[in-house]
Amino acid sequence: MSLARPARTRKATAAPKPAKKTARNRQGPRTAPPADRSAAQHRANLLESLLRIRRFEERCVELYSAAKIRGFVHLYIGEEAVAVGINQALTSEDAVVSTYREHGHALARGIAAEAVMAEMYGKATGCSGGRGGSMHLFDASRRFYGGSAIVAGGLPLAAGLALADRMRGQNRVTCCFFGDGAFAEGEFHETANLAALWNLPLLLACENNLYAMGTALTREHAQTDLAMRAASYGMPAWAVDGMDVEAVEQASRRAVEGIRTGTGPHFLELRTYRFRAHSMYDPDRYRGKAEIEQWKDRDPVNRLMERMRENGEPVDEELARIEQKITEEIDHAVEAAEKAPEEPVENLLRHVTSASTGPVS
Amino acid sequence: MGADGTEKSKTTYREAMREAIREALRSDDRVFLMGEDVGRYGGCFGVSLGLLEEFGPERIRDTPLSESTFVGAGIGAALAGMRPIVEIMTVNFSLLALDQILNNAATLLHMSGGQLPVPIVIRMTTGAGRQLAAQHSHSLEGWYAHIPGIRVLAPATIEDARHMLAPALADPDPVLIFEHGSLYNLSGELRPPTRPVDLDHAAIRRPGTDISLITYGGSLPKALAAADELAAEGVEAEVIDLRALRPLDDAAIAASVTRTHRAVVIDEAWRTGSLAAEVCARIAERSFYELDAPVERVCSAEVPIPYARRLEEAALPQTADIVAAAHRAVD
Repeated sequence: MSLARPARTRKATAAPKPAKKTARNRQGPRTAPPADRSAAQHRANLLESLLRIRRFEERCVELYSAAKIRGFVHLYIGEEAVAVGINQALTSEDAVVSTYREHGHALARGIAAEAVMAEMYGKATGCSGGRGGSMHLFDASRRFYGGSAIVAGGLPLAAGLALADRMRGQNRVTCCFFGDGAFAEGEFHETANLAALWNLPLLLACENNLYAMGTALTREHAQTDLAMRAASYGMPAWAVDGMDVEAVEQASRRAVEGIRTGTGPHFLELRTYRFRAHSMYDPDRYRGKAEIEQWKDRDPVNRLMERMRENGEPVDEELARIEQKITEEIDHAVEAAEKAPEEPVENLLRHVTSASTGPVS
Repeated sequence: MGADGTEKSKTTYREAMREAIREALRSDDRVFLMGEDVGRYGGCFGVSLGLLEEFGPERIRDTPLSESTFVGAGIGAALAGMRPIVEIMTVNFSLLALDQILNNAATLLHMSGGQLPVPIVIRMTTGAGRQLAAQHSHSLEGWYAHIPGIRVLAPATIEDARHMLAPALADPDPVLIFEHGSLYNLSGELRPPTRPVDLDHAAIRRPGTDISLITYGGSLPKALAAADELAAEGVEAEVIDLRALRPLDDAAIAASVTRTHRAVVIDEAWRTGSLAAEVCARIAERSFYELDAPVERVCSAEVPIPYARRLEEAALPQTADIVAAAHRAVD
């Protein structure tokens, strides 16, 4: 059946193509940092975003221990630079599809800590009305299409969001987060093929944290150079230091700029590491303490602060200001979640279909 | 033109379905058709023949053989405001997309607290009878009818093939349409709808007073043939076409059993854990005291559908089986 289609000649490449300046490009939303914002201020903002995720999740651990939060909770601690860096390149018009390890993606997207915390509590005021929990955070108003807990299950969805934009001539990008585990699923390969074939405006953000739950990259992939394999689908693909927020931001801007000029999907392999176990149930027996410590030496928060110091920026003052601001924010989020109403049981069947908005009959 | 000078609208189930898709594409630019070989080939069963030429490759999209991803892409496009019609060649292949249908299409609205409706229509062929053996012949629509959050339709007449698609596309939630492969060549006159076509109600295809033959999809012609045979013997069977497998029209089933006090449920799927089992359970729950005889079931034999004609025929519900089951209930 493929005989009728001319062979694709676009060269697979492992390096980004330079963004072409086209009329469409100029019309599209701009992704460069505002000119009036100094680099120092920008780094302070990045630090705040990183720390918001870090402190939010540390509080989640405490609340989990106190049995305020239940279910699966997958911590992003160590990987924050990926979510924060990529979001610098996206506008509010773009779409994000996430995974079950998504607190960082949601907070970086601008969903209020209060709405996320209420969802962790299963309260009616949560960003999914208490129906999703930690793994299923949504915010349609921010085009945050949430938390898929089926590994690779969000990838086809993201291709569809990108397809809709392409069909309607909207210069928007869809960013899909997934991990090295998803790279082993058929849905990744089907989606990469379809996105390249149809030239979809899709950013494939592969968070390679070296483990698919407890299975090491080398035990799940015959060829562990994921960017190289992605490039074989005919899309620009390259690896990025996922522990360096500025490197992630820079790479994302290049990729997103390329996508906006109509050069189709781009793939970033973000090399990162989670400092905590896979979930709250995971005893973490499959990796050594030394390995974890080695990666902690590359902590994205410390790394950014070192760079700020090197540039003579007032790190300690910024840090104190940010820590205080975030503590208040999270205190407020917890307090609000504690006080928030539960969804009444009479509303159990609400939202099963669009018609089922009333109480159980 | 007919011999009497009036406009005749003779058509087939296949053409009626194609006309419904054409109408949807013409009337709403958010609608597009996507699936394997729907474009240049004209559709595996010829349903979309000619649509590529009329609407172009952007709206009649040939996909790679990636069921999970093109169904998932349909879901994503629906989330973004499009109205995709996704065609899967057969229900057996739909299992490769079951993850997307169950874990995304059916759950996103609820899981997001009502933020994300998924207005997608997924069409696929179902059923046996064409000697296509065990990987192209099964009737798994009952599995899909198990899932909250989706609507499951089984058009069994030319009218429903022609008129169910528009309300399915207007539904804000996912709709699955099962087209039995043996129905595509069904030929007849297309009558204009006498009332708005709804997706909630079963239809009485033949009124009767002695026994209810409750069925859907590809088994409807067999049930109607059985009713003819029974009528010749003086037994007036009422034939109920469920039309929608989810939600089930409980009221229509109960009303029919209340009239006839006897029922045979005919379902081409396997008996165990089937839609037929669900219908029987609902009769037991709602109409137990109306029954004058145990409810009978005519389902496929519990075997992967075999290739050989005699074996395949023996595996499937046949008119004679329905007549025999009716006799057991009536005699």
